[in-house]
Amino acid sequence: EEERATVDKSQWKGICVYVDHVDGEIHPVTMELLGKARELADQVNFPVHALFIGSQVTDSAAELLHYGADKVYCYDDPALKDFRIEPYAAAFEDYIRKVQPSSILVGATTVGRSLAPRMAARFRTGLTADCTVLEIKENTDLVQIRPAFGGNIMAQIKTPHTRPQLATVRYKVMNALPRKAEASGEVIVCTVPQEKMVSRIKVLEVRPKEKETSISDAETIIAVGRGVKGEKDMAMVEELADLLGAQIAGTRPLVESGWLDTRRQIGLSGRTVKPKLIITLGISGSVQFAAGMKSSDYIFAVNCDEKASIFDIAHYGIVGDLYEVLPELIRRIKMEKEA
Amino acid sequence: MNILVCIKQVPGSNKVDVDAKTGVLKRDGVESKMNPYDLFALETAFRIRENRGGKVTVLTMGPPQAEAVIREAFMMGADDGALISDRKFGGADVLATSYTISQAIRKLGSFDLILCGKQTTDGDTAQVGPEVAEYLDIPHVANVLRIVELKEDALILDMDMPHTVEMVEVLYPCLLTVEKDIFMPRLPSYRRKLETSAWPVKTLTFADFEDQDVMKYGLNGSPTQVERIFPPAVNAQREMLRGEAEELAAEVSTKLVHLKLI
Ligand SMILES: Cc1cc2nc3c(=O)[nH]c(=O)nc-3n(C[C@H](O)[C@H](O)[C@H](O)COP(=O)(O)OP(=O)(O)OC[C@H]3O[C@@H](n4cnc5c(N)ncnc54)[C@H](O)[C@@H]3O)c2cc1C
Ligand SMILES: Cc1cc2nc3c(=O)[nH]c(=O)nc-3n(C[C@H](O)[C@H](O)[C@H](O)COP(=O)(O)OP(=O)(O)OC[C@H]3O[C@@H](n4cnc5c(N)ncnc54)[C@H](O)[C@@H]3O)c2cc1C
Repeated sequence: EEERATVDKSQWKGICVYVDHVDGEIHPVTMELLGKARELADQVNFPVHALFIGSQVTDSAAELLHYGADKVYCYDDPALKDFRIEPYAAAFEDYIRKVQPSSILVGATTVGRSLAPRMAARFRTGLTADCTVLEIKENTDLVQIRPAFGGNIMAQIKTPHTRPQLATVRYKVMNALPRKAEASGEVIVCTVPQEKMVSRIKVLEVRPKEKETSISDAETIIAVGRGVKGEKDMAMVEELADLLGAQIAGTRPLVESGWLDTRRQIGLSGRTVKPKLIITLGISGSVQFAAGMKSSDYIFAVNCDEKASIFDIAHYGIVGDLYEVLPELIRRIKMEKEA
Repeated sequence: MNILVCIKQVPGSNKVDVDAKTGVLKRDGVESKMNPYDLFALETAFRIRENRGGKVTVLTMGPPQAEAVIREAFMMGADDGALISDRKFGGADVLATSYTISQAIRKLGSFDLILCGKQTTDGDTAQVGPEVAEYLDIPHVANVLRIVELKEDALILDMDMPHTVEMVEVLYPCLLTVEKDIFMPRLPSYRRKLETSAWPVKTLTFADFEDQDVMKYGLNGSPTQVERIFPPAVNAQREMLRGEAEELAAEVSTKLVHLKLI
């Protein structure tokens, strides 16, 4: 490796969060990233910025000041109504050039995963994907940890020579701060020249996806795997789910067998969930499944095989036959609820 | 219609081991295959060619043995292919990889459409497509679910968003990253295997590129550094419950109440 020039890091200050939204409706991953940005910024005495690009967004921008942002940079232009890569990238570039943030955190949504790499290439800097741990060194370098190889290994990555440092983070990985009653900070309105607002993309139609009760937002989940032997046994699972006000989800084999809708698959090729409580029934705990649920607050796992790898990530491992444990558990919980 | 598909060779399984002493991935003796998500990009290219005519070229960057994925693409129906390979490109992160690929694309000619998979199964970043598009200064659309219409000068597509599906029209030239299941990929054919076995695969090296700045390629051109790799942590604070179903159920419900989960 030849000698490489390093930027003057003291010229790059602040931790920025890209505000993910559709039509001004802010995606909750934004609040989670603001929580993380606040924690990192406080360690190196940096401000926290939010970068809000859209149309008629200035009013909702103030809301971000309740969640840890010190400054909200707002690019508010009718040409930014729908997400189109060139104008959004132009606004993003303008912010980076003017403000020179040290780090930028972006939600790993469709928009975030499109914009962040564009910015990384434009500024010839590093972008670390799907970080699960973010820390900061005194010299303002981020320590970024991310899974790769489908969750089979973790990599610790840094971007030591260039700025800004970019990282994407999936929804439900970081924790939002509770909303502060008082807003502190300011909203700064910015503009880019109209000639930069042109695009070779036209948005023809935006249609809502079929209304689904997304398992990603569930507080409680009962997850089922191949330990459940027949479709009729799902009745018992539903009874438990009803008692706990839980959503039912499961592993890929159950989705493939048609017992569960695809949208209820947890894991690498399914959804990521982070409920308060997840009870897994007859799930072995493959890395692909675990990748989608291991940051749940409380994991209870029922499996008859003591060696099942689900027990490596469970907080409470219940070694037993689900066909014996489940009816008892339903009976118990009914008793508790009546008590 | 001139279509280019970017494909990558990845380990046959993503169950990799880390050498406990050196902290290096054990890649020796691991079989390789085409990144499964790239099969969907290839199939999309073939369907578009069926509809509009033209040529499908495949491009991969990797060590010399990555030629195998070009051959596999030939067996499925690709018309032409090139391998980007040079010691100078080793150790590239996404930025250096994308820059190298964009230099190769410029060298190969001009394309109306460039297709990428959604992500790979090894590095798994889903960043290469958009970065290549940036370096080529063309628009891109990520997470394409469906091709709605092929027009003379544009494509109409459905793009997957967290809560919505957006239908967009994008002018050529452009780059798309396609979702898995956009089309069912075809299998390589034996007849094509015989037909294509003698086809040459071009190799592009550093010397072929317009930009001769070595600091933009390989490890030198990579702003990210992998400091260490390690297996995912196992949870040490677990509590195991054993016994008769009745006791287990009682213990679990008590815990749920205690944790304010019921
Ligand atoms: C690229 C790729 C992506 C994938 N993506 C996903 C994904 O997103 N999500 C996903 O889930 N999988 C995914 N998989 C599949 C994954 O590898 C596993 O095959 C799958 O998660 C296993 O599901 P399971 O735990 O239900 O079944 P099994 O592994 O068969 O486990 C069943 C478990 O039930 C237990 N059991 C059996 N009977 C009982 C009983 N009566 N009482 C209690 N326990 C019992 C057994 O001990 C066993 O541990 C993916 C695979 C690949 C290759
Ligand atoms: C454990 C680990 C973690 C890593 N994390 C990061 C990181 O966070 N940031 C970073 O910058 N680098 C990272 N890298 C390096 C990165 O994986 C490589 O640079 C890799 O060559 C490109 O990224 P990808 O595999 O993620 O491809 P993706 O961006 O996931 O690939 C998307 C599509 O781009 C095309 N494509 C990708 N690679 C090629 C290729 N070689 N030839 C032709 N087409 C291709 C394919 O169509 C593919 O479907 C990591 C590497 C390892 C081993």
